[in-house]
Amino acid sequence: MKAIAELIARRKRQDRWFALLGLACTLIGLVTLVVLLAGLIRDGHHRLFDPTFYSSFPSARAVRAGILSPLVGSLLLAFVTILMAVPLGVAAGVYLEEYAPRNAWTTLIEINIANLAGVPSIIFGLLALGALIYGLHMERSLLVGGITLALLILPIVIVTTREALRAIPQGIREAAYALGATKWQVVWHHLIPYSLGGIATGTIIAMSRALGESAPLMTIGALTFITFLPPAPLQKQPPFVNFQWLNSEFTAMPIQMFNWISRPQAQFSELAATAGVVLILMTLSLNAVAIVLRYRLRKRIKW
Amino acid sequence: MTSVPAAESTQSVPGTPMPGAGQSLPLFGSGRPRWGERAIEWLLFLAAFVSVVVTIGIVAILLWESSTFFRGVPLLEFFTGRVWAPTFEPPRFGILPLLCGTLVTTGVALLVALPIGSIVAVYMSEYAPFAVREFLKPTLELLSAIPTVVYGYFALVFVGPMLQRVFADMPGANMLSAGVVMGLMIIPYVSSLSEDAMRSVPMLLREGAYALGANRMITAFKVVYPAALSGIGSAYILGISRAIGETMIVAIAAGGQPNFTLDPRQPGLTITAYIVQVSMGDLPRGSVGYQSIFAAGLLLFVCTLGFNIVGYFLRKRFRESY
Repeated sequence: MKAIAELIARRKRQDRWFALLGLACTLIGLVTLVVLLAGLIRDGHHRLFDPTFYSSFPSARAVRAGILSPLVGSLLLAFVTILMAVPLGVAAGVYLEEYAPRNAWTTLIEINIANLAGVPSIIFGLLALGALIYGLHMERSLLVGGITLALLILPIVIVTTREALRAIPQGIREAAYALGATKWQVVWHHLIPYSLGGIATGTIIAMSRALGESAPLMTIGALTFITFLPPAPLQKQPPFVNFQWLNSEFTAMPIQMFNWISRPQAQFSELAATAGVVLILMTLSLNAVAIVLRYRLRKRIKW
Repeated sequence: MTSVPAAESTQSVPGTPMPGAGQSLPLFGSGRPRWGERAIEWLLFLAAFVSVVVTIGIVAILLWESSTFFRGVPLLEFFTGRVWAPTFEPPRFGILPLLCGTLVTTGVALLVALPIGSIVAVYMSEYAPFAVREFLKPTLELLSAIPTVVYGYFALVFVGPMLQRVFADMPGANMLSAGVVMGLMIIPYVSSLSEDAMRSVPMLLREGAYALGANRMITAFKVVYPAALSGIGSAYILGISRAIGETMIVAIAAGGQPNFTLDPRQPGLTITAYIVQVSMGDLPRGSVGYQSIFAAGLLLFVCTLGFNIVGYFLRKRFRESY
């Protein structure tokens, strides 16, 4: 009897130790996060609240250098990316989830998307370099950068769309069909509105990924010294909008940060840290929005 | 639509077969094709097909561009040469140093990420109270939201000097610190997917183990872990694939010199970092050296393709099994 009690006590002890180990391992991640953020702020706080940092162009002189052109470049790039990736990804997701017959073609497309999601981002850069810049003789422009990033995040948008659609009960579709809706009416009037929250969450996560991505942009040759802004998209004369900016050269936040990291002087390392803080704030706030959105959706929807 | 014959609607009582299933009913005009619906379906199919076009594009571009490279460099030299020196005269293109770089940094990253990620997954799925998990899981996932260029800075400025205190004669930029940071970055990829797999194991299996006197830890490792193995395998493969393809961390922090060594304390150059290096303008466009980035990319693509496809089938199996 005593032996059994001893055995039970030992097993319980073992369990407690393992729980502690598990917690410790989980905390390693959190500690990394905190140390990284604290370190960046420590190195980069000098210029963080300096308005000229946000209103000046990158410069060879560290004291005058700022992030105006990379910041604008990143925002415009995100805009182009989202405009291309979301319609295409949602359409593909709707097709695969609602229309696709179970056949070899569909399986091929599914395996293909799973593979694309795992292709290293730099390969997308090589694709853009070979196909768009060498093949179609396009400039190293915002348009090319946007296409590259859109292709990169396309699998994420497709997968989240499919998951959001799968969460809608079959009964909703059947009810709509019973009232005489066509397939497209079911999709457009019901499935897409109901899955919008899920799609938005996934798209925001994908955007944060695209914002922080630098490797494919480096490959298409975006690592250049840009001290101008793209032409404004709005103008006073008709037709009031102007698409010149799409063909403009650009730089982006992560690329500028990389550029500053690769310089030997300590002042540039500080600038890199400041740019890093700004970049992290951008991606983390997007993620925070996504987390809140997901949380609220999960609470609200009870099918 | 306005005049529905009453007889028609009373005939279709649930349970009885539809009257005249072979011939078309007057109400449901199946003779009239819905062109709009058909067109929409085609458009949606095309959108889904774009992903296939992208893959074909990747393969075609990589093969085409590297074919001009392999016209100048024999395959045997490429795969067995131990010197990678595209700027030398004559240039030497032996991929082995780059493969070593990729292998070492990936190896270090996996040594960090797989054990920690697995333990985190076990803890989250078997131990953590609901409130703890609700807080820790999204926070941990923020690790994968940090741009890789920032991780590169972290590896170079913080982790490198820290590890230098342990290995005194190590240079500041080395494969070890890049690998460690890469490992930290992929923890959430490994833990999240593994946890999903473990949580989908039916409660009944756990209760069986408890009834036989096992504690949580034994249940987790002897029952739940093996039962979820295909899902956990796909998580590991995702981690490996991420580590092989990771670019900015190694480009910044691994040292940037091709090095035929398996010692992680040395500086090294990975396939991905080499592509970045060339893109920064070290070599003139159109030269054999420049074309080499496509050959390097092809090798990278083939490596990850294998892992991705195995991962897909493992994931599919674990989705189907419970």
